[in-house]
Amino acid sequence: MDDIDRRLMHATQAGLPLTAEPYQRLAEQLGLSAAEVMARLTAMQDQGIIRRIGAVPNHYQLGYRFNGMSVWDVPDGQIDELGRQVGQLPFVSHCYQRPRHLPEWPYNLFAMVHGKTQTEADSQIAQIADVLGTANRANQVLYSTKILKKTGFRSP
Amino acid sequence: MLTDLHKHLLNDFQRDFPLSVRPYQEIADTLGVTEDEVLAALTDTAVQQYISRIGPVIRPNHIGVSTLVAMAVPEEHLQTVADKISAYPEINHNYEREHRLNLWFVAIASDVEHLNHFINEVERETGYKTLQLPLLNDFFIDLGFKLDLNHA
Repeated sequence: MDDIDRRLMHATQAGLPLTAEPYQRLAEQLGLSAAEVMARLTAMQDQGIIRRIGAVPNHYQLGYRFNGMSVWDVPDGQIDELGRQVGQLPFVSHCYQRPRHLPEWPYNLFAMVHGKTQTEADSQIAQIADVLGTANRANQVLYSTKILKKTGFRSP
Repeated sequence: MLTDLHKHLLNDFQRDFPLSVRPYQEIADTLGVTEDEVLAALTDTAVQQYISRIGPVIRPNHIGVSTLVAMAVPEEHLQTVADKISAYPEINHNYEREHRLNLWFVAIASDVEHLNHFINEVERETGYKTLQLPLLNDFFIDLGFKLDLNHA
């Protein structure tokens, strides 16, 4: 990933232009050709830098009002396998390992769920608990009460 | 109100958005509509904020470094502290959550040194300690999110 890639990523974070030839528009902004823009996006996808290219839905606006950050304490030795399984559940939108801060914060596995109702979110949490089984030593769900700021990625 | 076209655009093109000279034309051909209809419908979903954008989703920590940060702020000071934090360009998500640790945000900086400097500044400016929870491992294979739009 070079400087041009970084500028390209920065230029796309407000969204691809909604014009007939969006890559041409980006290319003009960056002093490149449309072919180079597409080639660079393809290369970054192949390298795994770009996860996907497409519509980024706004869950909240689409009725998914129950946004829960579920956190779990699972043995470190099992987290790779369990994290992989939880990350594949269709309603999980992020799944990460993060450090514990004992004693206040014993949780090392984070999975975001999105439900339209409390019941739906609860059932998603129950399904994660099923996957984890006895490896789940403690868990909590932190629902968001307010979105105070949400923007896309920004180049630092 | 979402039309069938909106629903297809929201659900069917969260990944593999065409990398071709006229991607919206390609989508239109797939759905049997015109390029203008696709552009109008996408503009509409963006205006109504059903999508935050169309574009590449970057894997975390490939550009710059970031961390999730949690703070415990007394309810009466929460809005003031949250506003202060949201005002920083280094912050791209900031949520109030139901927990003793009630303020959760993601901070991003060009490198670790700048990130640490920024966190110190947040602690100094707000007077509250932070709990830093940087990503150690990403288990998620992002294929988009299957939306149930029957009642949307």
